[in-house]
Amino acid sequence: MIVMTKDTMEIVREQDVVPFRNRVREFGTRIGMSLVNQTKLITAASELVRNMLKYASGGKVILEVISLNAKTGIRLTFKDEGPGIADIALAMRDGFSTGRSLGLGLPGAKRLVNEFDLKSNPGEGTTVTVIHWKHGR
Amino acid sequence: MERIPILKMGPFLLVTIQIDLYDRLALTLENDLINMVSQTGARGVLIDISTVSIVDSFMGRILGNIASMSRIMDAETVVVGMQPAVAITLVELGLTLQGVYTALNVEKGMELLNNKLGDNLELDDEEEEDQDDRND
Repeated sequence: MIVMTKDTMEIVREQDVVPFRNRVREFGTRIGMSLVNQTKLITAASELVRNMLKYASGGKVILEVISLNAKTGIRLTFKDEGPGIADIALAMRDGFSTGRSLGLGLPGAKRLVNEFDLKSNPGEGTTVTVIHWKHGR
Repeated sequence: MERIPILKMGPFLLVTIQIDLYDRLALTLENDLINMVSQTGARGVLIDISTVSIVDSFMGRILGNIASMSRIMDAETVVVGMQPAVAITLVELGLTLQGVYTALNVEKGMELLNNKLGDNLELDDEEEEDQDDRND
């Protein structure tokens, strides 16, 4: 896998969300991703960044343009040092939330992107990595 | 503080969301709209999201809340102008916007609200007739 462009954004306040989403859109436009795929990726990113703010009071996101086997895509890595997720299987279930939300964030984000990876240890924080390819597959 | 304007047109309230909403702005809109419904006795709320490029689960929940709260206060809510990419994304996200009426554009949305209002007026008339019958 080749990383072609890399950028990092700190997310510490609610106001950081809109500029972050715009940055993801810029990356998508730069590689020629279609509008539907951009919308899916940005919506997933919005859910994940919201989780980061809500449960871990912020963190950082690494944005990368990657290339693998002649496919181009965007990889987003969300890193926080929050409380971590005790039961990942439960957190990935539709409708489950420890906050007062709809519980669609994690499972919904997973459905919207091509690749989704979640690593978390209680007390050590959470890292979510998503990849969405230019053509959505 | 930034605010989204709410316009009153006859028995309806109109809102056009032309910027990407961040959470506090969305919550302020929810609050403002419910207060306006209460103050004006509006019978319908039309929300135009044709320039909104992202609707995530939070924003979806706000739209649902506005519709439920308005309904309790006797006003229907219709969301109009959703972009195709947003609709595709919402369904995959798992958000079905239950209880929210939708229409393709502002014109169709107004038509829908007018029809709803018409239906309700007819119902009111029938109830009155029933009362007349009883009086006879």
